[in-house]
Amino acid sequence: MTRSRNPTEQAIINGLQGGFPLTRQPFRDAGAELGLSEGEIIDAIGGLLEAGRISRFGPLWNAERLGGAVCLCAMAVPPRRIDAVADIVNAHPEVAHNYERAHELNMWFVISAEKPALVAGVIAQIEAETGLKVYPMPKTREFFVGFRVDV
Amino acid sequence: MTMLDQIDRRIIAATQTGLPLVEKPYAAVARTAGVDEEEAIARLQRLLASGAIRRIGVIPNHYALGLTANGMSVWDVADDAIDQAGPRIGALDFVTHCYERPRHLPFWPYNLFAMVHGRSRAEVQDKVARIAELLGASCRGHDVLFSTRILKKTGLRIAA
Repeated sequence: MTRSRNPTEQAIINGLQGGFPLTRQPFRDAGAELGLSEGEIIDAIGGLLEAGRISRFGPLWNAERLGGAVCLCAMAVPPRRIDAVADIVNAHPEVAHNYERAHELNMWFVISAEKPALVAGVIAQIEAETGLKVYPMPKTREFFVGFRVDV
Repeated sequence: MTMLDQIDRRIIAATQTGLPLVEKPYAAVARTAGVDEEEAIARLQRLLASGAIRRIGVIPNHYALGLTANGMSVWDVADDAIDQAGPRIGALDFVTHCYERPRHLPFWPYNLFAMVHGRSRAEVQDKVARIAELLGASCRGHDVLFSTRILKKTGLRIAA
């Protein structure tokens, strides 16, 4: 069980998924809201990062607003080839994450490129290298993106 | 799209791995980017207001926090119903991402994706049942794809 039993960590994870202040001493100001001192909040965030309970702290950039492109893709990989195909797909630095899922379309990965025009090239390369079809599933509309993790 | 100049790009580069854990983190970012603290804060405020920054804070690691069940629920929603259904599903407090995506017929009929996390598959299935109830007759079919393995996880690539 990894549920937080530490109230400081819990307050930070629940209270600081957004809204970190843009002020000169933001840890002091965020701490005041959560009832923590500047030193306590800095140490606690450092501890959460070190333990891997948070994967990142800071601004979450929207790659698409900055001119980049993100495209979800799926493949139906024969189960015996899944590790070999994962190695080929993951070798592309543009592949940001890749999940195996329980379905005929069993490999789901996200291509993140600095320019939209680069996405089709990565897909074509992966198809050529694996001999498998890639199904691009670019989002046509975003209804919500965020994290609402409550610990 | 947000128009960026060289200073913005230097600020992005200086924060891509996160904010420094020091009393004045923006002063440290400003030094790396070669501007003063006030300007770095003003630019970050502008980038947040324009949506180039989604939010500033902690990004939880679901798995390490015990949310080990990750279900990608996918829905075949009638085209004329998705305008109304999408925002309603996205507004559910347990949905972390919600998108419309193209179908690949006849193989893949699903056009609405809603990511649902939970402590167990049963908890995810309960939440999926609530989505099904909300969609009602506008949904012609659905599936839930649970992740069985993380094959790769890194950050997005941002030109800096």
